[in-house]
Amino acid sequence: MPNRITHTQVYVLDQDEALDFYVGKLGFELNTDADLGFMRWLTVNFPGQPDVQLLLERPGPPAHDDATAEQIRELVTKGALGMAGIIAVDDVHKTYEELRTKGVEFTEEPTERFYGTDCGLRDPFGNPLRIGTPKEGPVEVPDAAELGAENWS
Amino acid sequence: MSRAVEESNRRMLRARDAMDRDYAKPLDIPTLARIAYVSDAHFIRVFRATFGETPHRYLQRRRVERAMFLLRETDRSVTEICFDVGFSSLGTFSRTFTEIVGEPPTTYRWRAADLRAVPACFAKAWTRPS
Repeated sequence: MPNRITHTQVYVLDQDEALDFYVGKLGFELNTDADLGFMRWLTVNFPGQPDVQLLLERPGPPAHDDATAEQIRELVTKGALGMAGIIAVDDVHKTYEELRTKGVEFTEEPTERFYGTDCGLRDPFGNPLRIGTPKEGPVEVPDAAELGAENWS
Repeated sequence: MSRAVEESNRRMLRARDAMDRDYAKPLDIPTLARIAYVSDAHFIRVFRATFGETPHRYLQRRRVERAMFLLRETDRSVTEICFDVGFSSLGTFSRTFTEIVGEPPTTYRWRAADLRAVPACFAKAWTRPS
């Protein structure tokens, strides 16, 4: 029975630039950098969590024809593709300040919500990420009316 | 598509993010065009081509959406909310809000308050667009 996630994936426009960001700024470490011939299999993980890897994939052949790869790159740079990750930290305010001094592009400063406090950022290509400190204990999700559409992407 | 399009998209996205984040500030086209590193006229044209609406309209919708939230969830006056979300004239705010939402701010607030007083399942049925 399927029971855990080992890899998630994000499209990046340049894998070296992706490493600079995900390893150099966000604090991931390199897991695997393998030339498979048809693709460069590049994954990172957080220290102490090697069993959850993020695949930094460059769109292109053989998985995508050139025109499709271009469409993917266009959507990534418009911020219209997926969420690279939702990342937990002990102190979101501290992390926010640290990453800001490293030049990370934030879309939202740390904001308190029913599930904890989190902020929004983008990777160099346009992919959104969130970093936050989750609330301890069980989180009760308010219904739509209570929530008041507070979150607007 | 060339890298130029990707770089242009990325810059337009940066300007759009600025609108989402700083909607309460007096953002104007020159400010946003500077964020995107392009001329004012070029910015309006390219933003529209990229995201399907003009930057002005995008910012209006962002501000009105925030105003709807404040009207529902706070007791601040319509005038206060108008300035809270970045409009500089009450007339423009009322006209823009009505055009986008379909009813004036005060009416919207009354209706939202009525809806909070009823069970969510009824509210859902009543507010479903026909």
